[in-house]
Amino acid sequence: MSWEKIVPLVLEGLGETLYMTLPSTLLSYLVGMPLGILLVVTAPDGIRPRPAFNAALGVAINFLRSIPFIILLAMLFPVTRAIMGRAIGTQAIIFPLVISAFPYVARMVEGSIREVDRGVIEAAQSLASSDLQIIGKVMIPEALPSLLNGAAIVMVTILGYTAMASAAGGGGLGAIAITKGLNLRRMDVMYTAAIALVFLVQLITLFGNRVTKKLDHRKR
Amino acid sequence: MSESKLIEIIGLSKVFSDAENKVVALNGISLTVYEGEIYGIVGMSGAGKSTLIRCINRLDIPNEGQVLYRGRDVLKMNRRELLGVRRKMGMIFQQFNLFMQRTVAENVRYPLEISKSPRKDADRRVRELLDIVGLSDKATAYPAQLSGGQRQRVGIARALASEPDVLLCDEATSALDPMTTQAILALLQDINRRLGITILLITHEMAVIRQICSRVAILDGGVVVEEGDVDEVFLSTRSEAGKRLFGVLPERAAEDPDVPALRIVFDGSSAEKPIISRLAQETGVPVNILSANMNHLRGKMYGQMIIQKPLSEDENKAVVRFLEEAGLTVREVNKT
Repeated sequence: MSWEKIVPLVLEGLGETLYMTLPSTLLSYLVGMPLGILLVVTAPDGIRPRPAFNAALGVAINFLRSIPFIILLAMLFPVTRAIMGRAIGTQAIIFPLVISAFPYVARMVEGSIREVDRGVIEAAQSLASSDLQIIGKVMIPEALPSLLNGAAIVMVTILGYTAMASAAGGGGLGAIAITKGLNLRRMDVMYTAAIALVFLVQLITLFGNRVTKKLDHRKR
Repeated sequence: MSESKLIEIIGLSKVFSDAENKVVALNGISLTVYEGEIYGIVGMSGAGKSTLIRCINRLDIPNEGQVLYRGRDVLKMNRRELLGVRRKMGMIFQQFNLFMQRTVAENVRYPLEISKSPRKDADRRVRELLDIVGLSDKATAYPAQLSGGQRQRVGIARALASEPDVLLCDEATSALDPMTTQAILALLQDINRRLGITILLITHEMAVIRQICSRVAILDGGVVVEEGDVDEVFLSTRSEAGKRLFGVLPERAAEDPDVPALRIVFDGSSAEKPIISRLAQETGVPVNILSANMNHLRGKMYGQMIIQKPLSEDENKAVVRFLEEAGLTVREVNKT
């Protein structure tokens, strides 16, 4: 295989990797973010303490988080088939990715929102805010830089998971590195795919840092 | 000043407890704040003052007692009523607690935003408020770019946005340097006079009370140990806590001289300067110090001094006038 073939192959892999990563990140935030907020709000020191519910939610999230992705992927085959139409392939893998990532997102969001000074929340309460207003107008905006930083980390983590997609017939850079590189003893293909992955991770991290810094007004 | 009760606290108790410990923060507090006054609650740290002020707008929930706002019990209100009352109670904090991701103007606008005020009204109101606190030129700055005093001004403007009847001040000047403290106190006094907003403040600094409060309650160990007009409480404090706060050592305070004398009270508000030698120089009256009990705290003087009363009435008047102009409190003491 010549470079004229490797480059389009890797570019296609790049596209597939993004095709798995971006929707997965988005969907895991859609599920994980409300849960993360719920974890903070219902905590014993939260604005609506529900200790029993909070503890149960925490246990459930930890349970999901402790299953390694590659195992979860296999365990979820029947469910994935039922929901995505098929159990394997680049598109189907989005489902297990989301299931694996949303508990992680919940914990990340929880951590970010906890960083908001308690005094600021109390000020908002003293200003006659409803709980929803505190969440939407104080907690999330005040934690925004930290949330975005967390999103970049989540995205890189999901990107890492997509490399295991080849185990479920998915595509992407990870699959290329293994099936077209390692398995065929084509080190040039493997390294090109790996370098593309590194490049992508750097890009996400750099972009994440930039945006975070730009939106952070906590320091002068 | 109107005589109607704005806030009435009746038998308020609050116990913090966990598995091992039980801490009684408030133990049957009762006091009344009248409309239009500046009421101060003073106490050492741990006296329960923060808990008390937080119970008033229900940031803390007491175990027992009532908090009446215009006769209605805040503790029994449902959610909607509570939010309505909170709009009528602005609150400012020791650590300011501003929204760090919002500009100064956006901080002040917050209460208007959540009560869904029309945009134009809100714009105008924000401008007015920034003008009142003297921060019109900082509208687009972020809190992190401001000094402590400026941050507290934003806090005040934000608390005033919902047109409250009362401003609750939780150690509002305790994180500020003496100069800035003066400026913030002057602003609070101005707000009280010009806008007719009642002020309830808590502090551990007697000087703050002396400077702007009309009435005071001294809190110690979760109990009100003294209450009344500031001058009265100040000049004839009986409680241990009061004496500690005024910097009077208990064993000396009772000691009254057997000749006509003047008791001079240093409350930390007068600048540190050689008052007595200047008194002698400027009035030409020789000063005979009978006893003195002074403490220096953070560069301020606290305590009492008893000097012999000048024999002639003219000299006496000159001495009293000089001391009062220097910001000190003077009272004649006479054993007979």
